[in-house]
Amino acid sequence: MTYIAKPKISLPNLPKNELGLTTRDYEGAVSTLCAGCGHDSVTAALIQAVFELDIEPHMLAKMSGIGCSSKTPAYFVSEAHGFNSVHGRMPSVTTGANAANRDMTYIGVSGDGDSLSIGVGQFVHAIRRNLNMCYLIENNGVYGLTKGQFSASADIGTKPKKGLPNQQEPIDPASAALALGATYIARSFSGDKEQLIPLIKGAIMHSGFSLVDIISPCVTFNDHEGSTKSYAHTREFYRHVANIDYIHPTEEIRVSYDEGEALPIHLRGGDTIVLRKVDRDYDPTSRADAFKHLRDRFNAGEITTGLLYVNEDRAEMHELMHNIDTPLSRLPYEGLHPGNDELQKLQSRYR
Amino acid sequence: MKPTDTSNPEYFHKVVDCQWGCPAHTDVPSYIRMIAQGQFSDAYMENRKSNVFPGILGRVCDRPCEPACRRGRVEDKPVAICRLKRVAADHRDDITERLPKAPEKTNGKKIALLGAGCASLTVANDLAPMGYEVTIFEALDTTGGLMRTNIPSFRLPPAVLDEEIGYILDMGVDLKLGHRINSMKDLLDEGFDAVFVGTGAPKGKNLEIPGRYDSDRIHIGIEWLESVAFEHIKEIGKKVLIIGVGNTAMDCCRTSLRLGADDVKVMARKPRGFFKASEWELEDAEEENVEILVNHSPKEFVYEDGKLVGMKFDLMEYNIEENGRIDRGTSTGEVVIPCDDVVLAIGQDNAFPWIERDLGIEFDKWDCPVVNETTMMCTRDGIFFGGDSAFGPKNIIWAVEHGHQAAISIHKYCHGEDLHDRLPMGLNLSTQKMGMHEWSYSNDYDGVSRQLVPHVGLKERFKKLNIEVELGFSAEQAAEEVERCLNCDIQTVFTESLCIECDACLDICPVNCLTITPNGEEQDIRARLKAPALNPDQALYVSGALPHTARVMVKDEDICVHCGLCAERCPTGAWDMQKSTILVPYAADEAASDQPQAATGGAAK
Repeated sequence: MTYIAKPKISLPNLPKNELGLTTRDYEGAVSTLCAGCGHDSVTAALIQAVFELDIEPHMLAKMSGIGCSSKTPAYFVSEAHGFNSVHGRMPSVTTGANAANRDMTYIGVSGDGDSLSIGVGQFVHAIRRNLNMCYLIENNGVYGLTKGQFSASADIGTKPKKGLPNQQEPIDPASAALALGATYIARSFSGDKEQLIPLIKGAIMHSGFSLVDIISPCVTFNDHEGSTKSYAHTREFYRHVANIDYIHPTEEIRVSYDEGEALPIHLRGGDTIVLRKVDRDYDPTSRADAFKHLRDRFNAGEITTGLLYVNEDRAEMHELMHNIDTPLSRLPYEGLHPGNDELQKLQSRYR
Repeated sequence: MKPTDTSNPEYFHKVVDCQWGCPAHTDVPSYIRMIAQGQFSDAYMENRKSNVFPGILGRVCDRPCEPACRRGRVEDKPVAICRLKRVAADHRDDITERLPKAPEKTNGKKIALLGAGCASLTVANDLAPMGYEVTIFEALDTTGGLMRTNIPSFRLPPAVLDEEIGYILDMGVDLKLGHRINSMKDLLDEGFDAVFVGTGAPKGKNLEIPGRYDSDRIHIGIEWLESVAFEHIKEIGKKVLIIGVGNTAMDCCRTSLRLGADDVKVMARKPRGFFKASEWELEDAEEENVEILVNHSPKEFVYEDGKLVGMKFDLMEYNIEENGRIDRGTSTGEVVIPCDDVVLAIGQDNAFPWIERDLGIEFDKWDCPVVNETTMMCTRDGIFFGGDSAFGPKNIIWAVEHGHQAAISIHKYCHGEDLHDRLPMGLNLSTQKMGMHEWSYSNDYDGVSRQLVPHVGLKERFKKLNIEVELGFSAEQAAEEVERCLNCDIQTVFTESLCIECDACLDICPVNCLTITPNGEEQDIRARLKAPALNPDQALYVSGALPHTARVMVKDEDICVHCGLCAERCPTGAWDMQKSTILVPYAADEAASDQPQAATGGAAK
């Protein structure tokens, strides 16, 4: 960690967003993670994303569980709401919060341990419900807080700092989410903000569950030679298949890329993203293709990144439940509570 | 872009804007840190090494360092560098033991210095401790030159002058006061090994308009100030017009107020923004209710019954061109402004009536000697110029630098060495890391605003001519002000082979001055940095290709606050904070280098 806080210097030419805020206004406390942690880059990308989306800090909820990753909410948007839940239980808490107030933006930050080991049951059911949230996994393949044991996302053959290589099959959160029917699935790398920031923006604006699996190297326990989640390994083997540009509502859509490579996708909430294919053969709107491609490239030792799958046809949790548009938290008590007489009537039906 | 060559001392020197901006290259951040630690004597000596007169300059320096100060680009106001210099001088202990002394035996070389002003005194300061026999010839009965005669005592008390000049004279300098040199030829016949001319620019410019010579109430600024300093003039009329708006004009108007004037107007030919006076001198004058009238071009002096009663001006209108230049202007009318006295402060000239023109000393079309800007030697070997007498009116700190350079040349000349074969500047870099997150300097950014120097009250200060107006910073103010210094000499030094491109430094940088990007041409890179580099005067620090992706690390030096967070957040130590010490060679270093070795930055003294 660092002893001094990042100095607040009000530079005159710092860009402002539509709310008149600068990126400095979206920062949080100074990170206590190890110097060089990938998670800090993810934090920086998050700050940039919410700044560019003009999100009002008080309309943002930062949700997390336990782990190095789950400290992230402390490091961005101090003015937002936050909940640091029990280990692996962030999706349930977010479900509750979202059920009560559907108007807010929910960003959950989790890790490979929090989501793929202790919280894997919570993770899959949040997808099943198509909970409207942006779910980030800061994926480093190890339990950093407990000194670097392999996590459920460690690849076969990856070497620890000490001891024997991993032999167990890894859980790939992107493939798992695809199998479970998630509607926005992306993968990126903490060291590639150019790709990561638009993917996070798309994930926030997507209506329904959106997953961004971010390879975020553990600089202390998993950045050595032989590790498949180190900075060097990730840089060598990661491939872009399809990137996106988020189009701000005030911008006109200029598809300036080669014909056939850029595809506008209209999000259910009214926003637009432009899909920019890097691999011409990749079709992120086809679940079957995406699954096959992911498995093939994974078997070839590559890390496929970009917007892997997007489906704007599925309704999110509130729509599936036919809830009213007004957040429940804003309904008057009388509207939520049927009153004693109605409850008595209801009870009598079961007597 | 090619990787930045940081082995060239100029690169890191330029990052230290104040030191780069100072003609004498005073190591400002170093002495500010010494003040912060209460080492006032050390701070004074650090100053003295380069600028020789910290007490004097701490009051009246033209401060080229302050407009250069990086703090002024990050916020609106630079660090009060000049005033902190005075803090070091005010709070120092007796430092006489630490001053260089003349050796017991001289080296037999005789040097004549003409004029006892800052340029000659600097030469004496550098040469006397090396064993040179130095003689100063001064026309007046007192030392200091323009520092004493032209800077009013309410800005620079004579005691301060006497003390700092005394340090130099005590090195065994032979001072001949009241000894005007009327012939260079005669002087040369006296057998000096070298002659240094530091006689200033003693001739005030005149204003040749009708009525100029019909009254004795029209004064030439610098002559008038000199007469005031020597108490030949003790009063002035109630209404005074000062013609010109340079620093001398500011001294004239403020002096007038102390001699009985109560209505002082400074008449400027051009609009604000085109004044020659320093911003702070204008402020100080306006604080004393001096009125500055713009766009008034002097036309003639107005008399009634043979008595000066006013001055007629053309009212001017100017067009300011797009490039900021101003045209010659057109007159839109006339106005007469009443007055009792007029002081002309429209500049000064060099004058060398005492130098015979058949000595091989070449003069240019302005009748100034042709002087080499590096060696300070004129076209006759062995005769050197410095200060205002070399290239026209500049300021004290330039005169000091001329003196240092002339001293080097004189030493080389006396030893038959090539004057152009001078020691280059050197550079030392040393890490400031003390522990995990500990640095040897105060790296946290302090958002406190510039401290204001307390002044003597507006009534009190006019009671006597020599009441010093500025009181200097209090201990508390100094403690606050030192923390505003950004320690620009603690350099961010990058080792690309260690970088794993984790972005930690980019993310933590509070001013977004770091970017990792594909290499390209400078213009191109400048436009695609994290914060576009808009100040082309400030360098980009570009690394070689990074090991993982062959991109480059680029740092825009413009507004780095040297907080060291990049180095703190770097997991591999690719960034380090290293103190750059610029080794400025002085005459003593040249002597020490007769057995070749690098400059020691004055350590040899």
